[in-house]
Amino acid sequence: MSSFTATIQLVYVLAAACFVVGLHLMNSPATARRGNQVSTGGMIIAVVATLILLIHDGTVTGIGWTVIIVGALLGSVVGLYSARTVKMTAMPQLVSMFNAVGGGAAALVAVYGYMHDESTRAGVLGTTTVSTVLDVIIGSVTFTGSLIAAGKLQGTITGQPVVFKGGRVLNAVLAIVAVGAGVFMFTTASQPALLIVALASLAFGVMMVLPIGGADMPVVISLLNAFTGTAVAMAGFVITNWALIVAGALVGASGGILTKLMADAMNRSLWNIIAGGFGTGDSAVPVAVAADAQIRSIAADDTAIQLAYASKVIIVPGYGLAAAQAQHAVAELAQVLESRGIEVSYAIHPVAGRMPGHMNVLLAEANVPYPQLKEMDEVNPEFARADVALVIGANDVTNPAARRPGNAISGMPILDVDQAKSIIVIKRSMASGYAGIDNELYANPKTSMYFADAKKALAEMTAAVKTLVG
Amino acid sequence: MSTALVTDLTIFVLALLVGIEVIGKVPATLHTPLMSAANSIHGIVLAGALLIGVTAHSVVGYVLAFIAAFFAAANVVGGYAVTGRMLKMFRRRTPGGPVPTQKNES
Repeated sequence: MSSFTATIQLVYVLAAACFVVGLHLMNSPATARRGNQVSTGGMIIAVVATLILLIHDGTVTGIGWTVIIVGALLGSVVGLYSARTVKMTAMPQLVSMFNAVGGGAAALVAVYGYMHDESTRAGVLGTTTVSTVLDVIIGSVTFTGSLIAAGKLQGTITGQPVVFKGGRVLNAVLAIVAVGAGVFMFTTASQPALLIVALASLAFGVMMVLPIGGADMPVVISLLNAFTGTAVAMAGFVITNWALIVAGALVGASGGILTKLMADAMNRSLWNIIAGGFGTGDSAVPVAVAADAQIRSIAADDTAIQLAYASKVIIVPGYGLAAAQAQHAVAELAQVLESRGIEVSYAIHPVAGRMPGHMNVLLAEANVPYPQLKEMDEVNPEFARADVALVIGANDVTNPAARRPGNAISGMPILDVDQAKSIIVIKRSMASGYAGIDNELYANPKTSMYFADAKKALAEMTAAVKTLVG
Repeated sequence: MSTALVTDLTIFVLALLVGIEVIGKVPATLHTPLMSAANSIHGIVLAGALLIGVTAHSVVGYVLAFIAAFFAAANVVGGYAVTGRMLKMFRRRTPGGPVPTQKNES
């Protein structure tokens, strides 16, 4: 290693250190912005070092420079434009798109590396490495898988699981073809074999995500994020670049942790989700809410009395809140209550939203201060002290049936909403949630139902509270 | 197995452990920005995409380099920009105190 390349490697190590410190600073909302800046700094250092390496090397042709600079500039414009204009409700789609392009780029690095290697040393054994094959497989699966996930989240592809006869067999065949062609490459260097690996993996990515239902997207996005990280780390092995290896490992760890958290919060194993079939409601055993159970419905004036004279109110937002674009409406109601000295907080279930932590971002956008956003474990003991729990567009995560064995959500961690002294549920109808079972909370004598669209209901409640207290 | 590969593997495993340790401490409130930040970090693949340029001297090479550079740059620039935009929204206090104020357009 010449002193020049050694210096560049050290600069890459510095960049990697910035990534670690940046992620570390994200352990609190107060320091998170600085974390992002440190991480950005690391990235700029790494890219500049790479450009210096290219200039020093001197073998980049004029066309080569044009191609990479124009490509990078166009990519930057597209990336920046989407980052500036994306709606917070559409964040999962954007993250999924970034997963797709990251995984795709990693696969291309390996494909190019292999082609170049093979064209210069054709037929020589040992030029195929495990990392090349893994990079192409994982990167390609991530690319198409993330595109399908983004399509499902955007609604351009149906959110329902797309299942057809022989789908699993086809999946198995594609996996065998991809791995088989990869193994073949170890014995005979072959570009067509690499092409087969890539194509089979691309098809596998599509087939893997299509059968997964919309409700499972938080897990799928996390998993694809872990895949992208791994693909980038493999690209690092292929071109022996420590910055790529470290960065890829960090992302792989992050995606892995979030995947596990999301799967646990949904009470499902990863295998169960990938194997598909949830969200159809077919397999769910209905829990009997007795037909004669008293469902009490409530008027805005009565909710206003409960809310205005409470001393502690806990709001339980679900994806229904975001779907109705009611974040600002709920924040306004909360501010009116707070101005009366009422303690207001938000109980946020890990899977509220379409990706990990999504609901927090939506509420932060509506100017809700982050100390009011409480995680499940933190807020559950507080329900017993709450005068009113206001449930908005959340269903399965509040169902006490989860505490009993023998139904579709048994064992799922839930918010202990039923511990509150009084419960108000805003909901459009009595329709069941993704698990396809009735919510026993609604039949609870302490519960009142407010049947309306979340945004309209919250506006009516806010107006009623204002009228009541003048 | 070459020394270089062993070194690479060591770095990979240690970085994985550091990642688990550091990321395990991030609160659920910040999980979306965390994933977005992780996303921008894997944009480092841009370095890999640029390095293709060193040996690319054919049409196929140029095309691959172009697509890889485009993808990776979109990833890295968009990732950091959107993470910053999200984190800017996390405030300790409501702007203007607890009384409802005008919509904050930034």
